[in-house]
Amino acid sequence: MRTPIAYFIVLSGILFTLGTLGVLLRKNALLIFMSVELQLNAVNLALVAFSRMHLEVDGQVIAFFSMVVAAAEVVVGLAIIVAVYRRRGTVDVDQARGLAG
Amino acid sequence: MLDPRVLVNIDWLWVVLVIPLGVAVANLFLGRRLGKLAGWIASAAVGVSFLLSLEALRELLGASAEGRLVIEHLFDWISVGGFTVGATLRLDLLSATMILVVTGVGLLIHVYAIGYMDGDPRFGRFFAYLNLFVFFMLLLVLADNYGLLYLGWEGVGLCSYLLIGFWFENRENASAAKKAFITTRVGDTLMLVGLALIVREFGTLNFSAVFGTAGQTITEGTATAISLLLFAGAIGKSAQLPLHVWLPDAMAGPTPVSALIHAATMVTAGVYLVVRSAPLFELSDIALTVVLVVGLLTMLFAGTCALAQDDIKRVLAYSTISQLGFMFMAAGMHFYTGAIFMLVAHAFYKALMFLGAGSVMHGMHEETDLQRMGGLIRRMPVTGWTFLVGAFALAGVWPLAGFFAKDQILEVANRTGRQWVYLLGTLGALLSALYIGRLLFLAFFGKARTEEAEHAHESPFVMTVPLLVLAAGTIVAGLLLSTNAEGRLASSLEAVVGPLPADQGGLSTAALLVIATAIALGALAVAWWVYASGRVDRLALRERLQPLPRAARNGWYVDRAYSTVIVDPATAAARFSANVFDRKVIDGAVNGIGAGTRRLAASARRLQTGFVRTYALGFFLGAVGVLLWLGTR
Repeated sequence: MRTPIAYFIVLSGILFTLGTLGVLLRKNALLIFMSVELQLNAVNLALVAFSRMHLEVDGQVIAFFSMVVAAAEVVVGLAIIVAVYRRRGTVDVDQARGLAG
Repeated sequence: MLDPRVLVNIDWLWVVLVIPLGVAVANLFLGRRLGKLAGWIASAAVGVSFLLSLEALRELLGASAEGRLVIEHLFDWISVGGFTVGATLRLDLLSATMILVVTGVGLLIHVYAIGYMDGDPRFGRFFAYLNLFVFFMLLLVLADNYGLLYLGWEGVGLCSYLLIGFWFENRENASAAKKAFITTRVGDTLMLVGLALIVREFGTLNFSAVFGTAGQTITEGTATAISLLLFAGAIGKSAQLPLHVWLPDAMAGPTPVSALIHAATMVTAGVYLVVRSAPLFELSDIALTVVLVVGLLTMLFAGTCALAQDDIKRVLAYSTISQLGFMFMAAGMHFYTGAIFMLVAHAFYKALMFLGAGSVMHGMHEETDLQRMGGLIRRMPVTGWTFLVGAFALAGVWPLAGFFAKDQILEVANRTGRQWVYLLGTLGALLSALYIGRLLFLAFFGKARTEEAEHAHESPFVMTVPLLVLAAGTIVAGLLLSTNAEGRLASSLEAVVGPLPADQGGLSTAALLVIATAIALGALAVAWWVYASGRVDRLALRERLQPLPRAARNGWYVDRAYSTVIVDPATAAARFSANVFDRKVIDGAVNGIGAGTRRLAASARRLQTGFVRTYALGFFLGAVGVLLWLGTR
């Protein structure tokens, strides 16, 4: 018995909303970063769900790509956050206003 | 390029040119270290050129009449497609005469200048400029095409500028130099247009090619246009009406410069140009009439101005303008040999008088005011007597050079049915005898009117010897001519510039001779009576004649008219451009664009808050917007 597709999509939507709210409302760069990961995984979930619904592998392939790219992005992103912390002693994004007009 | 008539074997013409140029360059760099030697080296350079010129003339005269032409091609100067201007020299009797005058009179003036410029801090540079001038002048008269002639033409203009403003510390001298350069430039520009027209019509600037085919190639209208444009250049260079205003001011330069450039050589370049271009002028009656009328008017105009000047050099300057007018008058009557002969004679006696004036200034602590002189002949006998020779030559007293030159021209006027030219020319001769008599008697005779005149001293030998030589030249040139009424020089020049105009009858030679002599002697006698006999109160006479003397003294206010009509409006326009147009409109536009951009940026920068989360919200809303747009499409 199959789980209806809607469950996955609703869960994916909830996760994406949580991620988006996290990105918009959090001040800690690390938590914003984690929220971004949440958004990515929400999308991956949706992709895999649709893939299964259509019985095609395309969605899963894209999900794998997305994970790989996300892993790479994590490496760069975390490195930037560590560098910012070393330099400024904080990862509060509201403090990083050097480019204010 | 080879001319079959070349029979005279001369291939060293370039040496005549290169020596003054080389010494000029040497003096420019080493002049300071050479000290007084610089002057002697420069004189020697011109002396060598003079000897070579003599040798060139000797070889020319040795050849048969139709072989008297040397064309020496040195290298191609300009070569564009099929159009070539060669650095080619041309020696015929006309250019041989000219180089003899330039180097001969130039040599004497160089020697004189060694004494005159003694002690000047820029002694070496003075001689460098003077030699450079001689080089360009020789180039001008030796050129075989209009391109090279124009190079010399502009070169002498440059040297004239440098030498008028030689004592540039004085602002007046500097502005006189600029005035000379700019005024002659008006004529030069028109002349350049004339050269362009020649290139368009003939495809070459070469004299032989242009003159050889002129009769068949161009219409009379084109010939008139070319001739008048060339004559415009001559008007500027030779200070004829209406571009004469620079010459009196050019007297700001050292006196040897006035003698060499502004009396004997450069200002006569215009006459040379007209004579050299005779085959073109001959094609157009209009052009020749213009030459005649301009010369005639200038002669009379400048003669009246000279009569009222108090500055000794300005009298001579106006006199030069007047005499140049006489030469153009001759050329305007097809009497080219007369013009050239007058040019040679004038070079002698006018250089003589300029150097005499310089000697007077030297002896009186740079005094130039005639009213403050008087009786100088007792203090400065050599200067005085040589000046007297020059003055009598100019006045046209037999048997001096000026007499034959002037008499020939007036005779031609009389014999070719131009009675009005003859009458006005005689009036001009009367004027010249009057003003030069006034100068002579005010400066050298009568009682000394100031302390300085009382204690004037004679100049050193290096200055008086050139005076003596020039005086001898003035006398000998006259005697040479008196042995042959046509003049040996004149008759041999005919091969180059064409035969004399046809005789149509008129007064007999004897009658003309008597009239001319009577006028010259009469005018000199009147001048003596008014200015030296002490029997006439000349200052009261001047007051009685006002406002004429004042107007003549100011050159009939031509300068003031130029300032009102040209200089003032131009200055006002320049001021408007600089202060109003440039500052308000051009700068306004540039600054306005800058200020506008800045204002725009000031409002746009508020978008960059620096809050990362604001940017994230922006992304989010943007993404939502795009999705909505895609969904509702």
